[in-house]
Amino acid sequence: MGLELIVVLAIVGFVVIFVVGIYNRLVTLRNRCDNSWAQVDVQLRRRYDLIPNLMETVKGYAKHEREVFQKVTEARAQAIGAGSVKEQGAAENMLTGALKSLFAVVENYPDLKANQNFLMLQEELAGTEGKIAYARQFYNDNIMQFNLKQQVFPSNIIASMFNFKEKEYFEIEEPEAREPVEVKF
Amino acid sequence: MYEQIASNKRKSFFLILFFLCLVFALAWLLGELTNLGPQGLILAIIIAVALTFGSYYSSDKIVLAISKARPVTKKEYPYLYNVVEGLAIAAGLPKPRCYIIDDTAPNAFATGRNPKNSVVVVTTGLLQKLNRAELEGVVAHEMAHIKNYDILVMTLTVVMVGVVALLSDWILRTFLWGGRRRSSKDGGNIGMIIVVVGLVLAIFSPLIAQLIRLAVSRKREFLADANGAFLTRYPPGLASALKKLDADREPLEAANKATAHLYIVNPLKEIKGNVNKLFSTHPPIKERVAALEKM
Repeated sequence: MGLELIVVLAIVGFVVIFVVGIYNRLVTLRNRCDNSWAQVDVQLRRRYDLIPNLMETVKGYAKHEREVFQKVTEARAQAIGAGSVKEQGAAENMLTGALKSLFAVVENYPDLKANQNFLMLQEELAGTEGKIAYARQFYNDNIMQFNLKQQVFPSNIIASMFNFKEKEYFEIEEPEAREPVEVKF
Repeated sequence: MYEQIASNKRKSFFLILFFLCLVFALAWLLGELTNLGPQGLILAIIIAVALTFGSYYSSDKIVLAISKARPVTKKEYPYLYNVVEGLAIAAGLPKPRCYIIDDTAPNAFATGRNPKNSVVVVTTGLLQKLNRAELEGVVAHEMAHIKNYDILVMTLTVVMVGVVALLSDWILRTFLWGGRRRSSKDGGNIGMIIVVVGLVLAIFSPLIAQLIRLAVSRKREFLADANGAFLTRYPPGLASALKKLDADREPLEAANKATAHLYIVNPLKEIKGNVNKLFSTHPPIKERVAALEKM
């Protein structure tokens, strides 16, 4: 009787420790996802803040390009108002497209292209887009780990027991910076 | 990756321990040579502890000073800042401080004792000669060194090896200077000390060389290349940057033999040969590029 009790207690103890370990791991992974999303959010917001300044500068040289300005303004508003991660991704792609047409317009104004303020804003925007891409990459890596943990045995049992939900990947287009590099000797 | 971090922390610990013992032994020897007696022992302990803690906490500052690097603001180099901040985000690390070396030879290194106190140093030549994708590749390589705790081992090596060299030099001079003074009194004792010092110095030089090679094993560079490429998800960027750095034959003036192993490519640009390959701290660029191109 005594020995059986010890064996049963040992097994129960082992199971409890095992479950607690996996539960804590899942919580850690979820927190990592939330933290890395916060980083994505910071960079997205930085981009939204830069856009009005950029448009003001461009407007000083190219007043008549109303269509493009409106497109950018609308896309920005939509991106700011986006709810889920998926919506955010779609809105960001639209904004990126709108900004592309804005920079295409800029090509026609050589004075603007030489403007110091414009160049600074352009670098800042390119830098922020790079950071968005990297923040997204880090976020998606964390999501992958979190989701994987919820899919594999035996942690999938614990995940469904405590109602963990899989998270969405943040999908946006790659920034322009990654063009093939040519080296000549 | 995690094994590498653990191994680096372990290596740093033993490096520090080894250094503590070595400095203590040297300081004690110095005390014996200058006839300090029991006070010499206490002095030796103080010197050893002070130098060890000093080099742990300020080795990065020493290295930065040796390399003539200066801190820069975001206003001065927004481009560099954006790249460094982006890769810090990608690696999930706090943002390192940015330093610049005013030299047209393109090169870069990272230093610090942990990711929170890390510094990325690039030359102005690097900023001029590389495009954005290439610069991101180089900074990602440095970020990988930071994440792996390579920076701690590599920086400690510079300072500790330097201090040991300095101390053994000091002993040699004290001995030459003090020896003449006491030679009339006890010739036999001095004779014995000559043997001891000679032995110590003979043991030191290959040991120091071995220490550097041990600490900066060339595998580290391959690993940082691989991890860096993983951060940017774009191996050709780093590969083409390495080719450019290799093709540039200009040596970096602020670098020397003690700090050469810190840099992404050998800053001294020595003449190539099989012997150099054996003793060099950097694997040949061709092998590194080939490894990146296979990814």
